[in-house]
Amino acid sequence: MNLTQSLSTRGALLAVVGAALLAGCSSVPLDSTVPVETRNTTAGAGGTGGTTGGAGQSRVEPVDLTKNAGNASGLGRVIYFDFDSYVVKDEYRGTIDSYAKALAADRKKHLSVEGHTDERGGREYNLALGQKRAEAVAKSLALLGAGDSQVEAVSFGKERPAVQGSDEAAWAKNRRAELNYR
Amino acid sequence: MLIRRSFQTLAATFVVALALPAQAQFRVEISGVGATQLPIAIAKFRDEERATPSLSISSIVRADLERSGQFRSVDAPGALDENSAPVFTEWRSRAADALAAGSITRLADGRFDVRFKLWDVVKGTMIAGQSTAVEAGDLRLAAHRIADTIYEKLTGNKGVFSTRIAYVTKGGGRYTVRVADADGEGGQVALTSAEPIISPAWSPDGKQLAYVSFERQKAVVYTQDTATGARREIANFRGSNSAPSWSPDGQTLAVTLSRDTGSQVYLIDRSGSIVRKLTSSNAIDTEATFAPDGRGVYFVSDRGGGPQIYRTSTSGGNAERVTFSGNYNISPAISPDGRTLAYISRVGGAFRLHTLDLASANAQPIAVTDTSDDEHPSFAPNGRLIIYASRAQGRDVLMTTTLDGKIKAKLLSTTADVREPSWGPYGR
Repeated sequence: MNLTQSLSTRGALLAVVGAALLAGCSSVPLDSTVPVETRNTTAGAGGTGGTTGGAGQSRVEPVDLTKNAGNASGLGRVIYFDFDSYVVKDEYRGTIDSYAKALAADRKKHLSVEGHTDERGGREYNLALGQKRAEAVAKSLALLGAGDSQVEAVSFGKERPAVQGSDEAAWAKNRRAELNYR
Repeated sequence: MLIRRSFQTLAATFVVALALPAQAQFRVEISGVGATQLPIAIAKFRDEERATPSLSISSIVRADLERSGQFRSVDAPGALDENSAPVFTEWRSRAADALAAGSITRLADGRFDVRFKLWDVVKGTMIAGQSTAVEAGDLRLAAHRIADTIYEKLTGNKGVFSTRIAYVTKGGGRYTVRVADADGEGGQVALTSAEPIISPAWSPDGKQLAYVSFERQKAVVYTQDTATGARREIANFRGSNSAPSWSPDGQTLAVTLSRDTGSQVYLIDRSGSIVRKLTSSNAIDTEATFAPDGRGVYFVSDRGGGPQIYRTSTSGGNAERVTFSGNYNISPAISPDGRTLAYISRVGGAFRLHTLDLASANAQPIAVTDTSDDEHPSFAPNGRLIIYASRAQGRDVLMTTTLDGKIKAKLLSTTADVREPSWGPYGR
């Protein structure tokens, strides 16, 4: 890089720059004797909005899903898990059995098993941990007679806690699988 | 490196809290200790208060440079613009190595002419000069591009201030994906939903975002063109679909699918067709991210017990373990040069951003923060900064840090929770 060029032609060049600006050129060097980046900030679409309503390359088109939302899951039956565990405890055998029987009796019924975790740790890893819980419940349902295609195991990870809080009482209520007919 | 001498070592902690009168929400909080920083004076641009009362170009430039960790601001009193002839001895006595000044003029067509010059105070020479005519909506961008020019001229590295970031905010029962300037400001809404959204990821061309949305009461991966709002459901298989990551050529995405039970990493093409199942284990495999060469994929697996980071080839084969310290290592991000792994490691009960030098065999992980709830690191395209989510005062916040952890900045001042940052590529 050459840093030692003179500034002597600056004034004259500024006049040229001014003319160039009026001609619609958007970015020009102030002094051509010095290496300067010439940038096409407004090439084509004529803008790269940084704040609201910018045009050109930076324009972000908003999409709003809240207007057609609304089928949030109802309150289904809940199966709770121990810390770091994916084992469906014996106390839920009756619940699982009744869901399995209902699904076996009506093959048109579909059940969503939603796994959840407590708030500790990463979102994606927790999503996978919740999935593991949901799949454990789905497997129990299948063993008791529910059809594979009737049950979908999904996960919300830590994204939809049942209760807020950062203590063991809250965490225990959030480590769960919810059963919802679809 | 254009200015080689008289870098100064800043031994003391400093905090810059710079509140602009006209735009109170733009508040810069930068802290750090003991970095080597180039002292630069950035004068208030002539007429900036009159021409653009809602934002201060010079303040944006100053904050950008300080956030990089490579610059320290020196007071620039007096009136200066790009036509001034600086008295270099005076600026040397202020211990400034570089000086920038400029002006803003409103043009007849409503646009603004933003001009600036950069001088090497040590050598007494001009280094750069530029004039840009921008629309009002592009003023922040013009400021970031000035900061990029200064950064590049003085460090020899490309600046990232005019790049964009995406992040998710949660507030008022809504989840919103926003696209903002690299300083977190000027955010535009890309998507609003009543259901959670996680894991936004920029396509390599900076035109699309992939993310996980729960709008269908399950995790589904979408891509969205940010300029048009056009969305595409690219992974909605049975079970959960998550953790999208683009290949460097933009033709393939790695995603985590549970379609065959168990969370495993798959490669899909841009239309959502499965190209290949990349991992096969009886454990959780997720959070894949491509190495910059496109041939390797880093991912998280708990096949050895707790979650650790592994590497495998996109063409198949065995996975090799990458992290060995600690029993909970997740959320890998790879620097653009492929040399540094950033990830979250649990230390005691704290989830903390770490880096690991991938180029040396016996490298030990380095804790870059001392916070407890770090998440989701993402590298700036020049590899000099990492953006990540953390918690402060009971809120999810976005932070940037230098790779050595010495200079950190909190982005945005908002009452909403801000999380899941993804740093976009160069260009817009």
